Amino acid sequence: MSAGLWNYMFEGLLVTLQLTIFGAVLGLVFAFAAGLARLSGNKLLRGMGFAYTEAFRGLSALVVLFWLIFVLPTVFGVQLAPLFAGVLALALNIGAYGAEVVRGAVRAVPRSQIEAAIALNFTPWQRMRKVVLPQAVVAMIPSFSNNLIELLKATALVSVVFLSDLTFGAQLVRASTGNTAGTFGLLLVAYGLIALVFTTLMRLLERRAAASLGRTVPPGMIARIFRRTEASA
Amino acid sequence: MTEPSAAAAGSPGEKATSDDGFIVFDQISKRFGKNVVLDDLSFSVGSGERVTLIGPSGSGKTTILRMLMTLTKPDSGRIRVGEDYLYHEQRNGELVSAGEQHIRKVRGRITMVFQQYNLFPNMRVLRNVTEAPVHVLGRSQDEAEERAKELLDMVGLGDKLRAYPSQLSGGQQQRVAIARALAMDPDILLLDEVTSALDPELAAEVLDVLRDVALSSDITMLCVTHAMKFARDVSHRVLMFDQGRIIEAAPPAEMFDDPKQERTRTFLESVLDET
Repeated sequence: MSAGLWNYMFEGLLVTLQLTIFGAVLGLVFAFAAGLARLSGNKLLRGMGFAYTEAFRGLSALVVLFWLIFVLPTVFGVQLAPLFAGVLALALNIGAYGAEVVRGAVRAVPRSQIEAAIALNFTPWQRMRKVVLPQAVVAMIPSFSNNLIELLKATALVSVVFLSDLTFGAQLVRASTGNTAGTFGLLLVAYGLIALVFTTLMRLLERRAAASLGRTVPPGMIARIFRRTEASA
Repeated sequence: MTEPSAAAAGSPGEKATSDDGFIVFDQISKRFGKNVVLDDLSFSVGSGERVTLIGPSGSGKTTILRMLMTLTKPDSGRIRVGEDYLYHEQRNGELVSAGEQHIRKVRGRITMVFQQYNLFPNMRVLRNVTEAPVHVLGRSQDEAEERAKELLDMVGLGDKLRAYPSQLSGGQQQRVAIARALAMDPDILLLDEVTSALDPELAAEVLDVLRDVALSSDITMLCVTHAMKFARDVSHRVLMFDQGRIIEAAPPAEMFDDPKQERTRTFLESVLDET
C-alpha cells in the first residue's frame, strides 16, 4: 500500500476520532439537559425532555443525518459544515440514550440522601449539585462507556454522505488496491483497537469516580495483564 | 424488669424548663392512604426542653419529627416554631401556604439525625461536617473547619477527618452525623431512632456522645428512641404515642416507674423484654 493510500486511512482515522469525541461531548450535553429536564418539577421541561428522548431514540441516526445534510439546505436554506452535521446527528442520537442513563442514575440516588440535604437546609439546586449528581455520575459511567462505543461504531454511518472518515478511507483504499479482505480486515481491527482504547480510558475514569466515594473497583483486563507482566519480569 | 440504677443516674430534672410553647403542633392530622398516622394532634414543647417520644411503631412518632424537618407535610393543622409557622406564612395579613424561602428560613433553626446516618458518601468526613456551614450558613472555610474539628474531636473521631463514610463503622458514621448536625448550630435537634441500626456496643458509644450533648447544651431536643435508659437520663418529658394520639405524658421517672395507662404499661414491658 502506497504512502498516499495510508494517508487516506490516517486522515479518515482523525475524522472518526473527531466525530466520536465531539459527538460524545455534545451528546453528553444533550443527555444531561434532557435527562434532568425529565426530572424537573416543570411540566413543560418534562414534556420537552420526554419528546426529545422518545423521538431521537426512535429515529435512525442515518436518516437524521440525511435531513441535516440534504433537507436542511434545500428546504430551509441552512447549510451545515459536513463534519458538524455528522457530529450533530450522532450527538442527538446518543444524547437520547444518555438522557435515560442520566435520569435513571439520578433517580437511583436514595431519597434518604436528599432528606439529609434538606435537614442541612441546602437549597434544591445545592442538593442536586453537591449531593445527588456527584453520586449519580459515578453510577452513569459504566453505561456511558457502552454509549461511547456505540457512538464510535455509529460514526461509520457518515461515510455514506461522503464524509471522509475511517470507513470512507478504507473504501478508497479497497477501490484502488482491489484487496477487499485485507482492507476491510484492517478496518475491523482498527475499530476494535480504538474501542479498546476508549474502554480502557472509561475504565480509568470509573475507578477514579469510585474512589471519589471511597470505594475501590477491581482492576480491569489491561491493568491485570500489565500487572502479570511486571510480576513475571 | 426495672432498672433501679437509672434513678440514681444524673437526673435532668434539676433545671426546670417550662413549656413556653416554643414548638406548637396545632390540630395536626396526617394519613397515608387509609392509614391514619396522626389524628388531630396538638401538643407543645418548651425551648430547651428535651422530649422523648415513645410508642409502638406506626404510632406517628417519626412522622412528628419528619414534619418538623419538612420531610412530610401535614394534611391539616399548623405547626409553629418560635414566631413563625412552618408551613404557613403571613402575606397581606393572611395566613397562606408557605413558599420555599419561608420554609428555608424556619427550617434553618432545625436539624435532624437519622436512623441510617445518611452521611454523604461523596464527601470525606471533614467535608460532610463543613459543607452546610460554608454553603448554607455562609461561614468561611477556615472557621467551618475549625468548628468541625472541635466537634469531631468531641465525638471521638478527630483522627478520621480524611476518611470516607464507607470506611467507617455504623457507630462512627452516626457520630459524624451528630457532629454534622451540631455544626449547624441548631435551636432544635431531632433524633430519629439514631441507634436502632447499631448493635448494642456501638449504640452505647453514640448514646454517650448524645448524653453529653444533651446535658451540656440548651438545644431543644425531640427524640424518638427505644433506648429507655437514655430517655430517662436526658429527657424532661416523655410522650407516649398510640394510634396517632398522645395517650400519656409525664417526666421520665413517673412514666417509666409508674405509668398511668394500661397501654403504656404493656408497651414498656414489651420494650424492656427486648433489651
